[in-house]
Amino acid sequence: MPLTIGVPREIAPGEKRVATVPEVVEKLIKLGFAVRVETGAGDAANVADDVFRAAGAEVVDNAAELWSSSDIIFKVRGPSAEEVKLLRPGSTLVSFIWPAQNPELLQQLAARQVTVLAMDSVPRISRAQKLDALSSMANIAGYRAVIEAAHHFGRFFTGQITAAGKVPPAKVFVIGAGVAGLAAIGAASGLGAIVRANDTRPEVGDQVKSMGGEFVTVDYQEEGSGVGGYAKVMSDGFQKAQREVFAKQAKEVDIIITTALIPGKPAPRLITSEMVQSMKPGSVIVDMAAEQGGNCELTEPGTVTVKHGVTIIGYADLPSRLAKQSSTLYATNLLRLTEELCKNKDGTINVNMDDEVIRGTTVIKDGTITWPPPAPKLSAAPPAAPAAAKPPVAAKSHGHGKGGSPMSGTALAIIFAVAAVVFWFIGASAPAAFLGHFTVFVLACFVGYMVVWNVTPALHTPLMSVTNAISSIIAIGALVQIAPPVDPGLSRPDDWIRWLAIGGIVLATINMFGGFAVTQRMLAMFRK
Amino acid sequence: MSESLATVSYLGATILFILCLGGLSNQETARRGNLYGVIGMTIAVLATVLGPHVGSAGYAWLIGAMVVGASIGLYAARTVQMTQMPELVALMHSMVGLAAMLVGFANYIDPVASAHMSGAEKAIHEVEIYVGILIGAVTFSGSVIAFGKLSGKISGNPLLLPARHWINLAGLLVVIYFGREFLRAGSVGEGMTPLIVMTVIALLFGIHMVMAIGGADMPVVVSMLNSYSGWAAAATGFMLSNDLLIVTGALVGSSGAILSYIMCAAMNRHFISVIAGGFGTGGGTPAAAGAAQPAGEVVAISAPDTAELLREAKNVIIVPGYGMAVAQAQHTVYEITRLLREKGVNVRFGIHPVAGRMPGHMNVLLAEAKVPYDIVQEMDELNDDFPQTDVAMVIGANDIVNPGAQDDPTSPIAGMPVLEVWKAKTSIVMKRSMASGYAGVDNPLFYKENNRMLFGDAKKMLDEVLVALKA
Repeated sequence: MPLTIGVPREIAPGEKRVATVPEVVEKLIKLGFAVRVETGAGDAANVADDVFRAAGAEVVDNAAELWSSSDIIFKVRGPSAEEVKLLRPGSTLVSFIWPAQNPELLQQLAARQVTVLAMDSVPRISRAQKLDALSSMANIAGYRAVIEAAHHFGRFFTGQITAAGKVPPAKVFVIGAGVAGLAAIGAASGLGAIVRANDTRPEVGDQVKSMGGEFVTVDYQEEGSGVGGYAKVMSDGFQKAQREVFAKQAKEVDIIITTALIPGKPAPRLITSEMVQSMKPGSVIVDMAAEQGGNCELTEPGTVTVKHGVTIIGYADLPSRLAKQSSTLYATNLLRLTEELCKNKDGTINVNMDDEVIRGTTVIKDGTITWPPPAPKLSAAPPAAPAAAKPPVAAKSHGHGKGGSPMSGTALAIIFAVAAVVFWFIGASAPAAFLGHFTVFVLACFVGYMVVWNVTPALHTPLMSVTNAISSIIAIGALVQIAPPVDPGLSRPDDWIRWLAIGGIVLATINMFGGFAVTQRMLAMFRK
Repeated sequence: MSESLATVSYLGATILFILCLGGLSNQETARRGNLYGVIGMTIAVLATVLGPHVGSAGYAWLIGAMVVGASIGLYAARTVQMTQMPELVALMHSMVGLAAMLVGFANYIDPVASAHMSGAEKAIHEVEIYVGILIGAVTFSGSVIAFGKLSGKISGNPLLLPARHWINLAGLLVVIYFGREFLRAGSVGEGMTPLIVMTVIALLFGIHMVMAIGGADMPVVVSMLNSYSGWAAAATGFMLSNDLLIVTGALVGSSGAILSYIMCAAMNRHFISVIAGGFGTGGGTPAAAGAAQPAGEVVAISAPDTAELLREAKNVIIVPGYGMAVAQAQHTVYEITRLLREKGVNVRFGIHPVAGRMPGHMNVLLAEAKVPYDIVQEMDELNDDFPQTDVAMVIGANDIVNPGAQDDPTSPIAGMPVLEVWKAKTSIVMKRSMASGYAGVDNPLFYKENNRMLFGDAKKMLDEVLVALKA
């Protein structure tokens, strides 16, 4: 029996997102589900009912009917008290819940005997990245923060030299290089600003650089990584050193974007009122931690204020301000979750509590609160590992142009000793004529060695065909046998020798002509 | 032409041959290098024909023989497919080997050659004949088998006879014993028997040696036989007391030896163990015990999405393997490259030394598809650039991009130098299926988070990518 997924309209004030989009509806239907959408659900995100219909969803006028007739509810925001009452016992709800901040909501939901999957509780492990809605939203929020800042900032971001004079580039300082911070760095540097960033976790420095930012370090030794890739509370000494860095940056930069959050704690106060005062008039602060109390002392959550000539943006709904984009990404995250729940693609779900991802996401299972989940496995190997994991790279990279690494002394000594013995033996026993040829041979080997190491590896195939061609010099051996001047009196098996020699000449000439011709053909192909 | 004039001409030819190899040091001078080789060869042949050792009675014969040989050679050079280059080269080696054998026999039965020799001089001359024929025979039969294996006429699997090392050793002892018999022989007729017995053993030895070597090791074998053909020419040079042959043979011999060394180093294998055979079994052996099965998920990608990734990338590195040539996809690869370069994407090719079936084979295949050689780079030149690369595209290659070679000391290919494609932001592997490569080792790359698999026939999928890119 295929289940029905219901997507109600978001009723929270200012919430413009919707939990599914038409492209995802099609894929949910392919998984075997029926999809019902409340009328007007997508209006704020510019998705009309008709588009949902065209994608195969049924549009329902009445919210109550939608809630009661759906087996699974997809939502963005956690349900209000009224909405909780609409939930059908035994059904499943998927939305943001924030169980730590909303214990009453959790109790109310549990009382309805439903199963709840919280999109904010997806474990931070590699396999779950595709359904990590927090990252999707943080990414959008970071981008939007830069756009909001640009909107309130009175100048260009990028530096320009115009006929009317020189415009300096804007300087942006990003505090916290998580997903949101990195997105902000990318967006700001994309607009042409000079971007600096700071984070308590030194290992994100490379990521900052890769997004086009400059990593500003706090000169104080302390490891800032907490469990699950998040930051942790730092010591007093560190915080003092950090404040000095921020105070210095505040005087220099035009825009500060703060994203510092520590899970389950109020946002750290990083930007003091003195720092705001020290900023240039017209500067902008975007406080992305406003909802958790703000990183800036003067932030007023939810609004934009101007203090000491500095615009402080405290919006808590940045993703919602980019409703279409955030709806699409969130809907895709939900689709990935659905795929995890519905491995058989038969329109039914299995909340498999043995699966680490599903276990972490599920906060209520059939009316029983299962939050918090057992501690997640570490997101990466602890920092002690790298030293031990040094791979065997001994025989790395030789053989190109320059010959190998120098031989060890012993090996060299042995080679010289063997060569000396061989040379002595030859010198002692061979006739003079042979020695002449032997000298030529040895020297030629050395010449060959030197010359061939200089051949570029790209031409090794032509090298082989050309060496093939010149080794047909053996034809000379056959040529001198075909009709040499014969001393009278010597009996010579002329026919035998002639046919052997002719055979040799034919074979060698095939090589001679074939080798040079094919080399020429190959070399003609190499072009710039 | 006098004896001295001929000798001076030989000296000139020798210098031209050295310049010929020297010219290959880069693409700009390579064509001139080949021309030097042609000129050198012409001088050498003319000096010999017009020199004191060839009577006018032989002209008709030798011109006839050379016309026949030249037509066959030119025809082969014109019609050969670039993918068949290894076969052609192997076949050519066999001809040098056979020619060396024939010249050796002719020299032995020719009383003129040893007319004025006696004592140690005669003994050395006979040893030279014996060794020359030996090397020639091994080169000949080995190359014929290599040709068969490369062209698929003989199975690529190694033929492993029981006690094969003992068989080889016994063969060597018999050869030495008959060598002594050969030196003792009083007349040409008496010496012929040991000479023929030795030739047969040498032929069998050549067959056995190459039969025991697996398909993946063919690049080593081809370069090794290249080396042998050089030594065969050098031995003939000693036999005829001809310095030109000695020098040329030594040049070719050391060239082949260096190529074999490079190939072995690129596969992290010892030359001895390649010759001993039994490793590259053409995809037969299952993953070696103890190697941990890589964990994680394989993520597939579609051709349009690949095109999208490529379009948005700034830096792309394409890593081609022999699979690309098998699918005849190199022309489509070039089209994609051209399109991306027009859009300002920095596209480069990363070539592993053993990509393809002989040294430098992949470069030739790409050159044939008109890929400019300055964007085709060696592994060592661009391996450090992968972290700055947006998309690394692996086409028909497997073992040469296996991170296990660096991370997993228990892997059968541990320590082999590999292209570090997994360090790129995204890597895309084009493959028919999840089957393992020549080495039979599972590839942890496929399970990496930033890796995507584009399954299907390389040509067909690349055509789709091209269409999507043009759209």
